[in-house]
Amino acid sequence: MEEEKTPKISVWDLPDVPKGKLPAHLELQRTRVICTPDAATNTENIRYSGAYASMGVDNSLRLGHFRDNFRVEVVRLTEDDMEFDMIGIDASLANAFRRILLAELPTMAIEKVLIANNTSVIQDEVLAHRLGLIPLKVDPRMFEYMSENDVPNEKNTIVFKLHSRCERGSSRIKVLSNELQWLPRGSELTVSTEKPAVDPTSRPRTYTSFNCSQDSLPEFSNNPIGPKHDDIIIAKLGPGQEIELEAHAVKGMGKTHAKWSPVATSWYRMLPEVVLLQEIEGEIAEELVKKCPVKVFDIEDIGKGRKRATVARPRSCTLCRECIRADGKEKEKEQRIYWDKYVALRRVKDHFIFTIESTGALPPEMLFTEAVKILEDKCERVITELS
Amino acid sequence: MEHGSYQDQSQATFSLTDEDHTLANSLRFTLNQDPRVTFCGYSIPHPSDARVNIRVQTTGDPASEVLKDSCQDLMLICQHVRSTFDQAVVDFKNKNSLDAMNIGP
Repeated sequence: MEEEKTPKISVWDLPDVPKGKLPAHLELQRTRVICTPDAATNTENIRYSGAYASMGVDNSLRLGHFRDNFRVEVVRLTEDDMEFDMIGIDASLANAFRRILLAELPTMAIEKVLIANNTSVIQDEVLAHRLGLIPLKVDPRMFEYMSENDVPNEKNTIVFKLHSRCERGSSRIKVLSNELQWLPRGSELTVSTEKPAVDPTSRPRTYTSFNCSQDSLPEFSNNPIGPKHDDIIIAKLGPGQEIELEAHAVKGMGKTHAKWSPVATSWYRMLPEVVLLQEIEGEIAEELVKKCPVKVFDIEDIGKGRKRATVARPRSCTLCRECIRADGKEKEKEQRIYWDKYVALRRVKDHFIFTIESTGALPPEMLFTEAVKILEDKCERVITELS
Repeated sequence: MEHGSYQDQSQATFSLTDEDHTLANSLRFTLNQDPRVTFCGYSIPHPSDARVNIRVQTTGDPASEVLKDSCQDLMLICQHVRSTFDQAVVDFKNKNSLDAMNIGP
């Protein structure tokens, strides 16, 4: 007798296999970092385009897909810092933006200090170092880079003067950053030459050659250039001590020296996801809520006096792992709870919480836009090199 | 600088100067997303030299074409990021100024 042949059905047509989508456990592995009590696992991004080819899922980048899913949500925006969420982007791009913000955005900072007189206890080089670290409130896009052979002129240098003395008989004074005076016409220190000036009425040569006063430029006529904060202590002078110097500020990048970095710092973290694996009720719920130092969990009453734990603020989780650490010696062996059966800590791999703190040269939203532009310029440079 | 063979254009190593992880990791990400790529990776031969080697192996297309396409993709991604970000900042500022006006008497 012939056996009845059962019709062959493809595995994709079976009713409970989702077509074109990954099963839940693979989707978890693809999109979440799992934080165990010891370490974080599953951190690598499975970004190879054919990774799930055998399942019929296309992992490749489709620009349309990216455009549809990418979102930015600004959480906080002040003059000096901002916090925003980027959803749908990969870690390599987020890191590239962070690296560019720290090291490749140009700023103006004091580089050369011409010291005429320094009788304070702060050594010359220490004073020059401190002056270099003072953040200046000026848009670096209005200036050009100055190389070794260039003459310092109004397009690539900003000149400041500092002249402070403490009179004999008075008490010690602090030299604050508001005593840095901007000289829009350029340097006032003359370069000494051996030969006497041929023409006594000509202007003596100074260390810079400004063709016009920076005051006359429209950007600077109403907002004078100066340090961002007025109360930075540069030095302290005792009676009879004096500092007289001229400082030249030029454009540079954080790669060369950290004084040229436009951000105090900028960092990102992935969105934490806290999931309760089982229903947690009663006393265990209370214990769980007490464990968390940043109050991620909360108690919810479900009637009849019973309490249940819920996840109230997963975003503020700092991943201290207190909630999944197993109980130790403070409890008897039978009463110890292995918390990682109750709570799962994860991070969403493509949701980044970015924070940018600017030092004052440019507002933070403009800094991020410039950073993205710089990454585009790098790509363009590669393309031109290849063709 | 491309190090490859004239006979087999589908695999090559590109040595870029004045670059570091910033561009190389992003390029590696976009390269991986391209279905024509069988292998891609980058390495930095020495941290003191600013030089990056990007290796690309494809399923037949010339490697430099694939790299160029990935750079274009990366530029498009950056432009989209920038426009979305600008829009989000403008929306946030408008929302905040509206809130400030509503709270007032």
